[in-house]
Amino acid sequence: MERVTTILFAAGIFCFALAGVVTGYLPVAHLSKIRYQTLEQIATEPSPAFVDLSRRYPETFKRYYGEPTAENFRRALRLGRDTYIAEACWHCHSQFTRPVSNEDVRFGKVSWAAEYMNEMFLPHLFGTRRVGPDLIRESGRHSNDWHVAHFYDPTNVVPTSVMPRFTWFFDGEQPNEKGIAMVTYMQWLGSWATPQAVARKEAEAHGAR
Amino acid sequence: MSTAASTLGAATAPPLATPLVNRQLVKAHIIAGFTFFFISLFGGLLYALQLSRLYPFPGVELLSPGRVRMLHTNAVAYGFLLNCFMAALYWIVPRLTGERVLSRGLSWVIFGAWQAVVTAAALGILGGHAQAIEWGETPVFVDPFVVIGAALLIANVSTPILRVHRRPLYVTLWYFSAMMVWMPLTYVMGNYVPQFFVPGAGGAAVTGLYIHDLVGLTVTPLGWGMMYYFVPVILKKPVWSHTLSLIGFWGLAFFYPLNGVHHFFYSPIPMYAQYGAVMSTIAVEIVVFTVIVNFFMTLRGRGRLLRENLPVRWFYTGMVLYFVTCLQCAFQTTLTFQKIIHFSDWVVGHAHLVMFGVFGFWILGSITYLWPRLVGRAWWSERLNSWNYWLSTLGIVVMFLDLLVAGVVQGYLWQNLAPWERSLTASQPFWHLRTIAGTAIVVGQMLQAYNLWMTARSGAVESTSGAEAPVAEPAVG
Repeated sequence: MERVTTILFAAGIFCFALAGVVTGYLPVAHLSKIRYQTLEQIATEPSPAFVDLSRRYPETFKRYYGEPTAENFRRALRLGRDTYIAEACWHCHSQFTRPVSNEDVRFGKVSWAAEYMNEMFLPHLFGTRRVGPDLIRESGRHSNDWHVAHFYDPTNVVPTSVMPRFTWFFDGEQPNEKGIAMVTYMQWLGSWATPQAVARKEAEAHGAR
Repeated sequence: MSTAASTLGAATAPPLATPLVNRQLVKAHIIAGFTFFFISLFGGLLYALQLSRLYPFPGVELLSPGRVRMLHTNAVAYGFLLNCFMAALYWIVPRLTGERVLSRGLSWVIFGAWQAVVTAAALGILGGHAQAIEWGETPVFVDPFVVIGAALLIANVSTPILRVHRRPLYVTLWYFSAMMVWMPLTYVMGNYVPQFFVPGAGGAAVTGLYIHDLVGLTVTPLGWGMMYYFVPVILKKPVWSHTLSLIGFWGLAFFYPLNGVHHFFYSPIPMYAQYGAVMSTIAVEIVVFTVIVNFFMTLRGRGRLLRENLPVRWFYTGMVLYFVTCLQCAFQTTLTFQKIIHFSDWVVGHAHLVMFGVFGFWILGSITYLWPRLVGRAWWSERLNSWNYWLSTLGIVVMFLDLLVAGVVQGYLWQNLAPWERSLTASQPFWHLRTIAGTAIVVGQMLQAYNLWMTARSGAVESTSGAEAPVAEPAVG
């Protein structure tokens, strides 16, 4: 127990591997039964929010995205996700709602594993701290204008906010490529779990029967 | 002929021609560690000012608070802690094995490469290329170099250990050698699996494992390895119980890595993994208790050194805070506590207590012990050292208690469905106090840095090779 070979193999490799299997591999294998989807599969058409941005900010939208097509929508979503990572938004906002602490009342549907099995959550952005609210049910909660005003200076719309200003998301007062991408991403987060989306899915399921 | 000559040369060379320990290298790692410590401290202070709504650079992209927040943790983990731990490795391993590290030249290559890696990570983060892995924000393009640097370090430092592989090793070397397996595996797993291979909840399980293993299987073994070396050396007596040392090490090795999922309770990770994490986390607390008992029993009869010997005081204060952290952990890991305290400042307080209050303190204690031996001079001012001890202790304890209470307040306001803004206004007084406590810590480190500088530059040169303890203590040396 005090020799280097025992320590390297029993403590170093065996204990690490055991934990890797029990708390890493098992959950991953279990969850991998859910089908993984690319962004092309889940974002087949531009969201209403993306189309709305093209009308509200035609000048910058035209410059950076051209037309509000599905392809450009996916480009905006990917850039939004990457910007969310680069600015460490995930250090102050989580992206999962828990079945406790009245979070279903405050935010919406409790998170389930399948909604994360796609390209947009590779890497996952669960987060471990909430200075600001959870964002996985953000879609439709605020208007595009609210988001634009909020990114420019959060105290515009929430006077007590401690969120930083993101003025580099703007060309002058118009949201630029990053700004449009961030608003599109915010409006996409949880767009599959809004009360309307859930009702629509249920109606479709009944219709199919 | 030439072989014979060189063999003869090696045999007749005086044993001190190449010293066992490369003191210049140890010194360089401490200086580099302290430099990154300051970068990290100012990053933390800036971010605290943001929460107090006093940020000095609003709207500056390269100094955006989110990016500075990542710099804070990255510089402290890879710049401060690992540099100072490397200093400890280079000091301790040759002394315990009687063998030199693999190569003097390689040591300097690793030193330079590591500073380049941490600097590149810092610039990458500020430039907007961070990775979305907690404690692994190091940009994707820097990750391979971290792995290479770690591999070289391991080759360098494991050589003396492997040369004595037939003998039983001392406790410190159990921790160090296991860490050399754990660190690269942990880093590769955490920075690549959730980034490229496993999405969503499965990726979160692996990230949890990574966050936990980085603290538990890299920082903790290095820290305890240091304690098992420095404490008996300064106290001039063996560790109280060898059995407890064995239980402590093997308990850590077995239970610690099983805790990972406890960073994402009530998430869509399968519940059996979450229940398992609760139980193994509580098991770790029992293991920790055996180690703490072992060290306090070792101190028995030498208690006055807490007053007289500053390194001993740093070490044992760190151990008390370690016990507090782990006791806190045994409670906060329960699903009952998680409902309220998860996502709140409670966890931030916990992280600061363990990273600064424990490992930072142990490093500061080790530096207090090592620096006079490295520069061959007594401390320029013992008073400044003492000031840093009190400012740091006061700072971290106030910060910890402040954030603990803030976390409970935030958690209940969220559960009670108060408007979100209410949790911000309620947090403001706590965040102001945290800024003040943090400032005390920064000031303490400034005094320490000034003292390091003045000790190296001036002060009376000691007549001996610097073997005297920095705090005069005849019975201890």
